[in-house]
Amino acid sequence: MSTITNSIFTSATAARFDHLVTLYPVKRSALIPMLLYAQDEVGYVSDAVVTEIAQRLDLLELDVRNVLSYYSMLRTKPAGKYNVQVCTNISCMLRGGYEILDHCKHKLGIGHKEVTEDGTFSLEEVECIGACCWAPAMQVNYDFHDNLTTVKVDEIIETYRAGQGKDVK
Amino acid sequence: MPDVKFTVDGKQLTAPAGTLLIDACKAAGIEIPAFCYYPGLSLQAACRMCVVRQEKVPKLQTACTTTVAEGQVFTTESPEIAQARKATIQLLLGNHPLDCPVCDAGGECELQDMTFKYGAADSFYAEPKNHREEQKWSPVVYFDRPRCILCYRCVRMCGEGMDVFALGIQNRGSSAVIAPNIPAQQSPDHLAHLDCEQCGMCIDACPVGALTSGAYRYKTRPWEMNHVATVCTHCGDGCKTTLGVRSTSDGAEIVRGDNRDKSGINGDFLCNKGRYAFDFANSPERITSPLVRQADASLKEVSWEEAFHHTGKKLRELRDAKGGKSIGVIGGNRLTNEEAYLLQKFARTVLGTNNIDHHRTADYVTFAQALSGQKGRTASLRDTQSYPAVLIVGGDPTNQAPGTAWNLRTDVRLNKARLYVANTEEIKLRRQAKAFLQLAPYGYGALAAYLAGDAASASSAATDSNALNSFRDAVKAEENLLILIGSELRGADLKRLIEFGLTIPSAKFALLSDYVNSRGAADMGLLPDMLPGYVPVTNPGPYAEQNAPTTPGLDMLQIFEAASRGELSALYVVNSNPTSRYNIDPAALKDTFVVVHEMFMTETAQLADVILPAANLYEKAGSVTNSYGDLQLVQKAGDRAGVRTDFEMIVRVADKMGADIKSLVPFGKSTPGVRAAGTLGDMGQSRGAQAGEADRHAVWLTANNLEPKLSPFDPFAILDEIQRLVPGYNLLRLQLISGNDQHLEPNALSFRSAAEESASRSRRDLVLPSGDTLFTSGTLGRFSPALNEVQRYQANEPLIQIHTAAE
Amino acid sequence: MPTLVSHPDEVKVISRRFGQGAADIDKYLELDGYKAVQNAIDQGENMATWIIDTMKASGLRGRGGAGFPTGMKWSFVPKQSAKPKYVLVNGDESEPGTCKDHVIFLHDPHSVIEGTMIAGLAIGAKMGFIYLRGEYRYLLKIVEKAVAEAYAKGFLGKNIFGSGLDFDIVTQTGAGAYEVGEESALMESLEGKRGVPRIKPPFPAVVGLYGGPTVINNAETIASAPHILLMGGEAYAKIGSERNGGTRLFGISGHVERPGVYELPMGYNLKKAIYDVAGGIKDGKKLKAVVPGGSSCPVLLPEEIDVGLDFDQMGKAGTMLGSGGIVVLDETVSIVEFALRTISFYQHESCGWCIPCREGTDWIKKTLTRVYNGGGAKKDVANVQYLAENMLGRTFCPLGDAAAMPTLGFVKKFRKEFEDYIEGQKAGTPIITVEQLVGAH
Repeated sequence: MSTITNSIFTSATAARFDHLVTLYPVKRSALIPMLLYAQDEVGYVSDAVVTEIAQRLDLLELDVRNVLSYYSMLRTKPAGKYNVQVCTNISCMLRGGYEILDHCKHKLGIGHKEVTEDGTFSLEEVECIGACCWAPAMQVNYDFHDNLTTVKVDEIIETYRAGQGKDVK
Repeated sequence: MPDVKFTVDGKQLTAPAGTLLIDACKAAGIEIPAFCYYPGLSLQAACRMCVVRQEKVPKLQTACTTTVAEGQVFTTESPEIAQARKATIQLLLGNHPLDCPVCDAGGECELQDMTFKYGAADSFYAEPKNHREEQKWSPVVYFDRPRCILCYRCVRMCGEGMDVFALGIQNRGSSAVIAPNIPAQQSPDHLAHLDCEQCGMCIDACPVGALTSGAYRYKTRPWEMNHVATVCTHCGDGCKTTLGVRSTSDGAEIVRGDNRDKSGINGDFLCNKGRYAFDFANSPERITSPLVRQADASLKEVSWEEAFHHTGKKLRELRDAKGGKSIGVIGGNRLTNEEAYLLQKFARTVLGTNNIDHHRTADYVTFAQALSGQKGRTASLRDTQSYPAVLIVGGDPTNQAPGTAWNLRTDVRLNKARLYVANTEEIKLRRQAKAFLQLAPYGYGALAAYLAGDAASASSAATDSNALNSFRDAVKAEENLLILIGSELRGADLKRLIEFGLTIPSAKFALLSDYVNSRGAADMGLLPDMLPGYVPVTNPGPYAEQNAPTTPGLDMLQIFEAASRGELSALYVVNSNPTSRYNIDPAALKDTFVVVHEMFMTETAQLADVILPAANLYEKAGSVTNSYGDLQLVQKAGDRAGVRTDFEMIVRVADKMGADIKSLVPFGKSTPGVRAAGTLGDMGQSRGAQAGEADRHAVWLTANNLEPKLSPFDPFAILDEIQRLVPGYNLLRLQLISGNDQHLEPNALSFRSAAEESASRSRRDLVLPSGDTLFTSGTLGRFSPALNEVQRYQANEPLIQIHTAAE
Repeated sequence: MPTLVSHPDEVKVISRRFGQGAADIDKYLELDGYKAVQNAIDQGENMATWIIDTMKASGLRGRGGAGFPTGMKWSFVPKQSAKPKYVLVNGDESEPGTCKDHVIFLHDPHSVIEGTMIAGLAIGAKMGFIYLRGEYRYLLKIVEKAVAEAYAKGFLGKNIFGSGLDFDIVTQTGAGAYEVGEESALMESLEGKRGVPRIKPPFPAVVGLYGGPTVINNAETIASAPHILLMGGEAYAKIGSERNGGTRLFGISGHVERPGVYELPMGYNLKKAIYDVAGGIKDGKKLKAVVPGGSSCPVLLPEEIDVGLDFDQMGKAGTMLGSGGIVVLDETVSIVEFALRTISFYQHESCGWCIPCREGTDWIKKTLTRVYNGGGAKKDVANVQYLAENMLGRTFCPLGDAAAMPTLGFVKKFRKEFEDYIEGQKAGTPIITVEQLVGAH
């Protein structure tokens, strides 16, 4: 099915992409999901990812870049293995979102959009993640952690550091 | 759509239902400001400048997306609207660097104009503006990000208009930015770049100074230039262009090429060459003094008088001693019609020879003969913007005739025109085509035969017989078909294709050639066997009064063959470089007296005995005829000390040969009762004028409140003769002088004898396409720094992809 | 994992299966799942009319925030269309203060699937899309599993419920963009493009996804449809207030004792919702302000909250019902900081397409940042108001309004707090220097 001969992706992901393009009336529709899944695998949207996705969808690389630069979850530089995303939007802010963010900065020794030296963690201050009623909340990769306290954050980070955190992609 | 009535600012207007309000208002003289709206490109409604109040609608509406309907009532100027526009401008100016005094667009800036109109002078912001360094995207395109107001005109121009898609929009919100297609991280110099056709249409469309031209930036201020509307000298489309000219110590320098008034046959368009490759005119390598070969074989600068005297004397001696038949004349493809006409008349009546030719880039003789007796069967370039169906056989307009390609894309985009492309190559226009037929190598003749009904030719035309079949059926089903023919089709093949086309009731034809006046050179009889207007020399008809030789002369190759046999006493070359083009052994001309009009020391000029430094098309006046037969006015823009027009030089040489100038160039008043020898019998009296043709021209000019110019060097002095004698050149003088294009149909007369017909069948095919691309332009291109830089740039850039995605 | 809350005043329609394991299809079937769609198909030839009439009778208005009557929206789709028709479920829940779709996807994904099918049957579509925001990857997996179960049961795919009709559902997420919650931007995103809205008209019901007629509804709206068909339009309408049928999931967050998502009848009193349902202001503090329907709604003062939670009553109160996200601010909150955080969000999320929104949000944010950092001047308040007033109603899409309306609310209702803030800070804090600002870029 795929005309891609030397895919940069694992065979499972390549197969998923082959399938994705068949779901939609127009294959370009698969672009945004593809970029996310590619990022999940590669860690970020690299030039090689752009090239292969453009090929798969018959798009110009410029088209792919135009789209990917629009969406805030897509990144063109590597993040940490665990990307800690702390919400500071209004509901979280009212319940201590900034304290959680500051705590994470202190705990991880990094700032917004920075990566720890060992590459394990990165930190991001993010806009509302849809957990307002359980604020303050954060996501580690795709997993939600809510009703946070600094103590709870410490536990969560340590769990991930120990490689025992939930990380479902 | 039926007309509807609606009210704007209290005035009742009428327009077809569905017309965009902004267009309907413009047509009625009501200007609604807009940054993002650009006629013909997709709608954006992004700048919010065109907001208007529509009765009974709660919010202000954008005039660029509102379509008119019966009974609507609009207000386009009110305090509320002015405030909305002012606030928008204030927001833009918040980050816009107010570097108008040094900005290229200063004085030509839509944001400046709108600020002036709505007075958004006060600023509320304490924050510093976001500064970004300007970026050199290519040798000809620079981007100054802080000036960008994100109207997306450039993005659409490049994608929708050019089908290049080299510009995109990246990031979002206040970080949104126009981005070129080569990102910095993929570029050898770590800077973002453009890989594209370098047409500069993005710059043209930019309402502010965000995109600026590498050729023009920081050179001058718009109001310090004179703006001269003329015709681009490069390809056979003959696009209208406006040259910005500034005085210099040795003349007038062209500093900008653009398309200011957009009224020409090219619509909005100008390509890379039209926009930037005027700079050959400013080349330091220009020859600016006549040169005469000395006994020691060196070339010596001499005075004009000496050069003309020497040339005239020598040519007269050779003509008188060896006969006109020993002299050859080669004209250029970038002469004006008047010069080409004069050159052949000079050759035939002064030198006494039919050994005349030019570098032919399309077979116009066959074209004219195949359409003989037909009326309304030739297409104008304008038709390519509007015809409902177009067939292109051969050629590659994107590279060879970019204006044609632009018009066709526009036609497909805006009028849903059906485009049929048959080519041996996968030319870019196939992307707009309803059907693309891949022809077998050299399959053009077979295709013509197949279309004309010869089923046996199918296999030589295309390998895919089904595709061939359905292509033919689709083409034949069209009633209003434009047939554009590439120079690959010549002679019998061309004739057959036209004969097929003539079976389609409203088909029109055009034959594409390569240079600005290739068509004019053929029309004006720079041919050994044809007088102007494709009148055979054997039967001169209207030209009988000129007493030209009636035996066909030597063609281009025969002239050089004669030279190598030692039979060519003299060769007169006007702005052409045949020795390079036809690979002539320089030794062939060792015994030939060679006179060359040239701008540069070309391979041919290097062999000359006399070099007369020539003005180029941007430095003279006259007319040219494009591939389609559209006649346009050329106006003098640049000026270079030390050069003269070919027209003047031919007249001067003729004068030095002792020719009667009044008969060569009918000018000035004649003394009543005394007719100069050789002057035409018809001094205009037959059409009501009192004196000579130039005088009649003067009468006409005076009648039209134009200044008469009476001089044998005034090309218009001979235009009247062209108009009178050349079949098909029955032009409208006011149209021409007003700068409007007019379509001419110089079709051949029908054959008057079996000999003529058989001569037409046995003509040699001497068509030699120029092989020019987007970034080359014959000799001129070699001396254009801009083109050379773009060539180097595009060769170095990894040409990633100029291709489009299937939607 | 979001905790479920409960209150006696709740009327559980859409939330009635929450917490019962209904994400599993068998449990869902046990709880009347897929009965509504079957009922619809049983109407035979009258199916589409029956669905639309029932929806119209229910008085259901779009739960995304605009409150457009759902039945009417569905009826706008042309019966005949050369291009395929589509149903598009907007699960790009991104309005700050809003997390109601979150719990629907989590607890009752099949209701969204069933609702999508019902909308499809109503308009004659063969395909539906469920688009979740990118952050909801774990919910996508739940929805994906539910869709797979529905296919496995033969509820989706060819000849659904023996009706001879086909219906397919494709699920996907976005990748982080509030603007994609706007319906036409959502279509763009689903077509693999930048999430920039389209010019309207044409409206999606006529020219939508892939150029075909398209119904786009919020996930909660769609999830309400099966319940409405089961209980009848009139019965549903009766629960709510005038012209505001049924119930709604209200997310109460911020400084309340019991934040959570509660299902309350339309028209329920806002003050009661805060003080009774959500347990009042946290830690016994005083109420300062309420942002009643997600961050784009103009703020209400304590004396303004004795108002019914429906589209019309909230409109009369000078604000909006919005997405049902009620954010409660106690007396400790700095409105300057809150206004800055609000505009920062819209500045971050502006797609940048049109000038007033792109530049307006940016300048308001810059100005308020300076004010917040102690560099404010008195005229800044007027400038912010001028900027917001000149964005309002002038932008390409409602995001500009969403940014301007709360800003205007803050500077108008708390003008004195802004001025005092500026004055107070000035005494001790030097005006921020240009170098500091340049450094901040």
